[in-house]
Amino acid sequence: MPLAAELYRGPFVRQLLGRSDYRIISELIEPRARVLDLGCGDGELLAWLAENKNVDARGIEIDRTKVQRAIARGVSVYQGDIDQGLTDYPDRAFDYVILSQTLQETRRPLWVLREMLRVGRRAIVAFPNFGHWQVRLAHLFSGRAPKTKLFPHNWYESPNVHFLTVKDFEELVDQEGWKVERRICLAGSHTISFLHNLFAEVAVFMISS
Amino acid sequence: MITETQHVQFDSLGLDSGATLEPVDVVYETYGELNAERSNAILILHAFTGDAHAAGVSRKTGKPGWWDNMIGPGKAFDTEKYFVICSNVLGGCMGTTGPSSTNPKTGKPYAMEFPVITIADMVRLQRMLIDHLGIDRLLAVAGGSMGAMQALQWTVDYPDRVAAAIPIAGTWRHSAQQIAFNEVGRQAIMADPDWNGGDYYGGKGPARGLAIARMIGHITYMSDESMREKFGRRLREKEKFGFDFEIDFEVESYLRYRGTQFVGRFDANSYLYITKAMDYFDITNGSGSLAAALEHTQSRFLLISFTSDWLYPSYQSQEIVNALRGRNKDVAYCELSSNYGHDAFLVEVGEQTEVVRGFLASTYRMLGGNK
Repeated sequence: MPLAAELYRGPFVRQLLGRSDYRIISELIEPRARVLDLGCGDGELLAWLAENKNVDARGIEIDRTKVQRAIARGVSVYQGDIDQGLTDYPDRAFDYVILSQTLQETRRPLWVLREMLRVGRRAIVAFPNFGHWQVRLAHLFSGRAPKTKLFPHNWYESPNVHFLTVKDFEELVDQEGWKVERRICLAGSHTISFLHNLFAEVAVFMISS
Repeated sequence: MITETQHVQFDSLGLDSGATLEPVDVVYETYGELNAERSNAILILHAFTGDAHAAGVSRKTGKPGWWDNMIGPGKAFDTEKYFVICSNVLGGCMGTTGPSSTNPKTGKPYAMEFPVITIADMVRLQRMLIDHLGIDRLLAVAGGSMGAMQALQWTVDYPDRVAAAIPIAGTWRHSAQQIAFNEVGRQAIMADPDWNGGDYYGGKGPARGLAIARMIGHITYMSDESMREKFGRRLREKEKFGFDFEIDFEVESYLRYRGTQFVGRFDANSYLYITKAMDYFDITNGSGSLAAALEHTQSRFLLISFTSDWLYPSYQSQEIVNALRGRNKDVAYCELSSNYGHDAFLVEVGEQTEVVRGFLASTYRMLGGNK
């Protein structure tokens, strides 16, 4: 890691279950809240929140094996597609709807975000920042679709179908008239205090409508 | 685990049809110990031709229970932790009152004098058993196929008495296809002259009709894949076709064997009554509004379906799940991968065990049970 990046590193963020975005999310969520995690994987974050914050934890996950593991952990997970799975929930059914590292994989990200803010009072969105300087350099110098630590896949096998930067997301929030309640930008386990769009590897936003 | 069947008699049971049965016998088995708070009881609900002997080895017959791979010490329904109950359904022929039971008014078997029953009637009788056992609230009700229908009925009829429900490979109402298969089975029985208008007790009984009904049933419980794997086109004890109508293929032999074996253990009139109860089953009572029907349920739900089950296809479970999510109920759902068709809920125990165990444990924790 070049020196430049080190200079902009803010406070150290501990990890939760090996991930710093989980740590941030766990701190944003109030105890006993109703939480829906979209693309919840094997439910480790939800199980942690249920155990430690006493939340009412629900999840949606498409992968059959992960769903089984999540239910085996005791988390109420529904096997289904995020793109379709949200429609059945009534308005304001949850206090928080989480979308962690999955926005860039959804087919209709804007629709998903709108649905999140319909079924939840707040949406917490964590995504890898395509504006990170390494991505920019990789693209500039290689002349190929960038492959970095954050975006490790070849273009033909990447699950990512929409690439967005911190700036892109903020513009969308403005355009939709949503409110940013919290924005935490992370590089590794550190928060970034300025030049977010250049140095953030992962951004966590809490937004409301 | 050696198990014994127990018995209780109730004075009367009012039925959906308006008829009353007096008295009603119920046979049941229990496994494990009821805790001091009476909060660890799980009611297992058997499928169409099942019985009260769900687990362990029967002292009387020496046979293992029909869900012994799921119920027992350390298994999905862990009898070291939970008190597990299973009773034979109303209308059955394994000890609980049904058409082969003696009608006290005539001193002879009810036969077709037996009133038509519903899934809700079965559940009402189970509730009487649970009252009798002194249990206010069940930790869970669980069952596959017709057991899933009963589980769902429990959550709707007695919402405050079921903390969790596990309907497996089930539906919220019988579809035209499901009714159609049942009707073919019933017609096979009733077309057999030995059925004799249902009055065959003490005589021969409709063995051929009942066997054919069971053969049809077995086809619907398997899948194209499982039949290909199990039989393919293999011939039975011959190298060449016989060019006659004796058994050529393994699959024919298997179906005939299953059919004949079934005749020895199941009553043809029970077949008629229970399939009719399934066909009448519609948790919405005809309104079609599933979300409204499930509105007042208070249970957590775990629904399971199987990829190759074409008799109770996954979409039927998914409709239940979506209606529950629409009412913001606590529901978990997974479709397990299996080649076994509808039979999967009886044989695919590995993954089923993991999800059931986790779901029960978290429900028990939420209720303040032991960790």
